[in-house]
Amino acid sequence: MMAGLGPLLRKELLEQWRTLRLPVIAMIFLLVGLSSPLLARFTPEILKAVGGEQFTISIPTPTAADSIDQLAKNLGQFGGLIAVLLAMGAVATEKERGTAALLLTKPVSRAAFLVAKLVAIGLTLAVSVAVATAGAWFYTLVLFAPLPLSGVFAGAVLQWLTLMAWASITFVGSTLTRSALAAAGLGIVAFIVVGILGVVPNVGRFLPTGLGGPGRALALGVPGPDPVVPTLATLALIGVAIFSAWIAFRRQEL
Amino acid sequence: MTAASPEAVRASGAGGPSESVAISARGLSKRFGSIVALDGLDLDVPTGSIFGLLGPNGAGKTTSIRILTGLARATAGEATVAGIPVGLDRPDLRRRLGYLDQDPRFYGWMRGRELLELVGRLGGLAGADLRQQIGAMLDRTGLTSVAERRISGYSGGMRQRLGIAQALLHRPAIVFLDEPVSSLDPEGRRDVLELIAGLRGETTVVVSTHVLSDVERICDRVAILDRGRLVIEAALGQLLADHVRPVYRLTPDPGQEPAVEELSRRLRATPWITSITAAPSGEVRLVVDDPIAAGAALLPAIVDAGVRLASFERVRPTLEDVFLELVGTPDADELDGRGFIRPREVAR
Repeated sequence: MMAGLGPLLRKELLEQWRTLRLPVIAMIFLLVGLSSPLLARFTPEILKAVGGEQFTISIPTPTAADSIDQLAKNLGQFGGLIAVLLAMGAVATEKERGTAALLLTKPVSRAAFLVAKLVAIGLTLAVSVAVATAGAWFYTLVLFAPLPLSGVFAGAVLQWLTLMAWASITFVGSTLTRSALAAAGLGIVAFIVVGILGVVPNVGRFLPTGLGGPGRALALGVPGPDPVVPTLATLALIGVAIFSAWIAFRRQEL
Repeated sequence: MTAASPEAVRASGAGGPSESVAISARGLSKRFGSIVALDGLDLDVPTGSIFGLLGPNGAGKTTSIRILTGLARATAGEATVAGIPVGLDRPDLRRRLGYLDQDPRFYGWMRGRELLELVGRLGGLAGADLRQQIGAMLDRTGLTSVAERRISGYSGGMRQRLGIAQALLHRPAIVFLDEPVSSLDPEGRRDVLELIAGLRGETTVVVSTHVLSDVERICDRVAILDRGRLVIEAALGQLLADHVRPVYRLTPDPGQEPAVEELSRRLRATPWITSITAAPSGEVRLVVDDPIAAGAALLPAIVDAGVRLASFERVRPTLEDVFLELVGTPDADELDGRGFIRPREVAR
């Protein structure tokens, strides 16, 4: 079932490094992580300086919660887009360039081929979310107040799970077509549709966007929505995406 | 088109399929909509042989190989490779075979040695055996000096050699090489053909090509495909013995085109001429049915037409002569814009 997984995973990880995907994405996420507390802290002052004496804005004094909210918003948007970009060509480009045929005429199962790719994408996103969260935690400590490390870590895991959902949906598109752009289209449409459905009462908690509330509460160490339902729902979505990709790919000619 | 027979002819006798068959196909067909790429291919490839898959562009060679290696699915028919039924997701099948694409593609960011390490590990090699086998393959394909270079910097010939190395690395029982020398210079071509010839007896090799002289140099059996159909499959020696007709080669002095044309017209009217082909160089090739009648009448006919010759000889017939006899030369309206023979179409 998973013939060839080890060497394939090693190749995928080497590819993430050699093609600079991992360092570049991690760097972007780090900048997002560092800038989130800074934006939360200095946005009121910037607005005040820009507005001058002409109008008065009443903004509450920023707190660590604003820092976490800013991080969640930035990772949700930039991170979501990067997850789509990362997954869009994973299979489609290999099929289009002919390198998939090179590997799949070796003693390799198609399931292993897909899993290795998705695991590598997952690790790249995990490292990136980790450095972004570490950066945000440090600047929140400097500019506001210390946050519970375990809670911030748990919130980061939920953030990563959300990004994996977008990557998995895009990955299905990449498996179905030979066009990375078409795969990206599927990922972005899912991103938008789920975003819209997420605000529907009683629906949001069954979607990846439902992980935002629990993640925020965990990071701040305050009571909040139960993370179990959205976590299980997101894991189920990722599982269905992987299974769909495998069903489609195992019957495909290369 | 002047194909000798629309039906497949299977030569029998010496050199026929041995008891041990590495590849067996029965009624293998592939359609793309109304296009028939492969039409009921029956094939037996003896274990240990170097088997040439011959045919013009668009004959179905690559389609056959893609089905047998599990990259494509047959529309109808069945096949086994090393006794294992072919299929799309069959790692057990792939463990027994090696494959070189006609246009091999690699990861440009990888180094040559890294690619071989990956392929070797996927093929079940490890440790000292893997290192030793990679060293041997780099040496055999002349890539040792560039093994640490990124593949994006390789020339077309280097990529082809790397493709051959990766196909042979895990010591497969059966190797499919689709146009293995197509992008090599003459020296590289000779080296790779020698390398393939060196596999005789240890590995079953299926080589697809439209370069007939390469087949003559290395293959012991050949199958000729035309428009998706098997025209003939036989031992090379048997094929040449059964289908080759005597050939005369004339080289007229330059500037005698009208006289040569008149000679061709007269010869075509004789009962013993099979075909006359003129090369751009001016050389005229005559294939004859009856060498005794031809021998007696040919020189007088040349003298009578007033053609002065630089050379005149009876030459050893080649596989190309057999190929042209069996497949014929396509008419211009049978070729598409790329010079490929148009595939047959059927009602869906």
